[in-house]
Amino acid sequence: MTPASTGAPAPSTAGGAAGGTDPVLVVEDLEVRFATDGGWLTVLDGVSFSVGRGETVGIVGESGSGKTVTSLSVLGLLPPHSSRITRGSVRLDGVELVGMARRKLEAVRGDDISMIFQEPMTSLNPAFKVGDQIAEVVRRHRGGSWRSATARAVEVLDEVGIPDAARRARSFPHEFSGGMRQRVMIAMAMACRPKVIIADEPTTALDVTIQAQVLDLMRTMSREHGTAVVFVTHDLGVVADICDRAVVMYAGQVVEQAVVDDLYHRPRHPYTAALMTAMPQLTGRSGRLATIPGRTPAPGSMPAGCRFHPRCAHAVDRCVDGDADGRVEIRELAGGRSSRCLRVHELTLEGTE
Amino acid sequence: MPQYALKRVLMMVPLLFLVSLGVFALVLLIPGDPAITIAGENATEAQIEATRERLGLNDPVIVQYLGWAGSALTGDLGTSLFSNESVSGAIAARFPVTIAVTAAAMTVALLIAVPAGIIAAVHRGRWPDRLATLFASIGISMPNFWVGILLIIVLALMFPIFPAVGYTPISEGIGAWAHNLVLPGLTLGTTVAAEITRQLRGSLHDVMQQDYIRTARANGLRGGVVIAKHGLKNAAVPVVTVIGFQVGFLLGGSVIVERVFGIPGLGDLAIRAVLQRDIPMIQGIVVVTALVVMLVNLAVDLSYGYLNPKVRQG
Repeated sequence: MTPASTGAPAPSTAGGAAGGTDPVLVVEDLEVRFATDGGWLTVLDGVSFSVGRGETVGIVGESGSGKTVTSLSVLGLLPPHSSRITRGSVRLDGVELVGMARRKLEAVRGDDISMIFQEPMTSLNPAFKVGDQIAEVVRRHRGGSWRSATARAVEVLDEVGIPDAARRARSFPHEFSGGMRQRVMIAMAMACRPKVIIADEPTTALDVTIQAQVLDLMRTMSREHGTAVVFVTHDLGVVADICDRAVVMYAGQVVEQAVVDDLYHRPRHPYTAALMTAMPQLTGRSGRLATIPGRTPAPGSMPAGCRFHPRCAHAVDRCVDGDADGRVEIRELAGGRSSRCLRVHELTLEGTE
Repeated sequence: MPQYALKRVLMMVPLLFLVSLGVFALVLLIPGDPAITIAGENATEAQIEATRERLGLNDPVIVQYLGWAGSALTGDLGTSLFSNESVSGAIAARFPVTIAVTAAAMTVALLIAVPAGIIAAVHRGRWPDRLATLFASIGISMPNFWVGILLIIVLALMFPIFPAVGYTPISEGIGAWAHNLVLPGLTLGTTVAAEITRQLRGSLHDVMQQDYIRTARANGLRGGVVIAKHGLKNAAVPVVTVIGFQVGFLLGGSVIVERVFGIPGLGDLAIRAVLQRDIPMIQGIVVVTALVVMLVNLAVDLSYGYLNPKVRQG
């Protein structure tokens, strides 16, 4: 990862205001490029958001919106040779992570900030006992003996609701079900009491009944230990369920930010509104499910002006032109909200209850 | 785990039986009458018949097999047809030498292959990988005897650092013993190193793409620990398999290399036995070699259980 020009002041983008008075994680104007056969393509374009202490923030969007790239780049986990952060800043409790030396960054990861991934079946090392895997992380950051680290591993396994934790710590990952493995992953991420946990679609691969249990667990853990959570998902229902605030992403940009209740009650970006109508409802089983026409544009073939305009029901000619420089800048709105829609003051979009 | 190990050991029994059948069938398959060979070109019909009787060649094949296999089980592999030396004794005298050559070659191979494989896997597609791959291709394509002669010319004759030929038993000093093993070890080890490098490069590179490697990184484990612990243990299964195969290759390969370096090992003994049609000796060497290869495979199988916990249930 090459050091980015973090000195340049970021444009007055959204995020700071909505993150509360004391943000623990501030992402500002983050630009990430990937190497392709056709050169370096911009996949994240000026992403900004912030997360308050103990707050749960959802990052929502379709596949290809850049939400996973965002979470990986916060931890510096993007593939080193085929990607780079070309601009912007990620500050964890005031400490800049972009451009930080690898060894220092390694010391931060798993200690102050950690991550839970989508695939519990493949995210644990099959060759080591789960207790040892957690103990290894504890020893890495806290030091001490294997014995005390193992005791700590059993303690967190117990906290995440693994029955008979002392015995199960000596089991291998393949001896657990998917839901239980995700609990182990949460235990590992929580073992050093990080300030922030990034959860990248942690429930997507699980059965519906297990999903609810894991969501409950994350909510409890976050509340009890004051851990801030960045919850990456494509599921607006999950966001409504556990998030305080939502950041909606589309085509590598943040398109809307709001407190969850406001967002659902009255979306201020047509993409958010479209996502809501595409959500399956329990009522109205007669009609067909609504879909958003078209698909997320690929990096390198982004539409001019507003990136959503080809799929937008409310698009007009000036959406193609955008603001002065051919882009659409994000607009700050009342109540700490923001939206990247040119027509934000003309449109009244339908929300859900 | 103990159950898994026991199962593997029991599976060796039928295999050993098949080997013993094959080895015994050598007597029947080899052209020429061993009685004539032993009695000599000018022996009379009566002398040949007497020899045949002495060797038990007139008994039914089954009886011959049971007699041979029975004594083999007690460690008696018969007597050389030429030197009247016991076959077990001759093998016991030569075997440590071949084991030493094999161990030297494997040491050389691992010293080269493990770092080369790791570097190639981590830097896949960039110059360290290209370099390692190039050397691996060269190593695989060079014939052993030629490498051996080349090493003798350069490191024994032009720059007399190592002795060209000969062997010093370990009882006469570890230094001298090791000194004599360097060139044979290098000769055999380079080919093996190339095979292991290729395998390690491929499997470690695959493993490093896995989700659990990302998990280890996300939890702040140091880059070196992630590769050496989380990567290598998972990448080791196919590599250990190749190492097992290569031990068999080394036992066979030592035949040529022992000739080139004038080392009195099992290969040297085997060549002489074949040229003399010394059937009990050939049988003994084949049985012992097969047994060693089977034991190596057993060790490989048992290592799977350690490296991949899922195997233990199966």
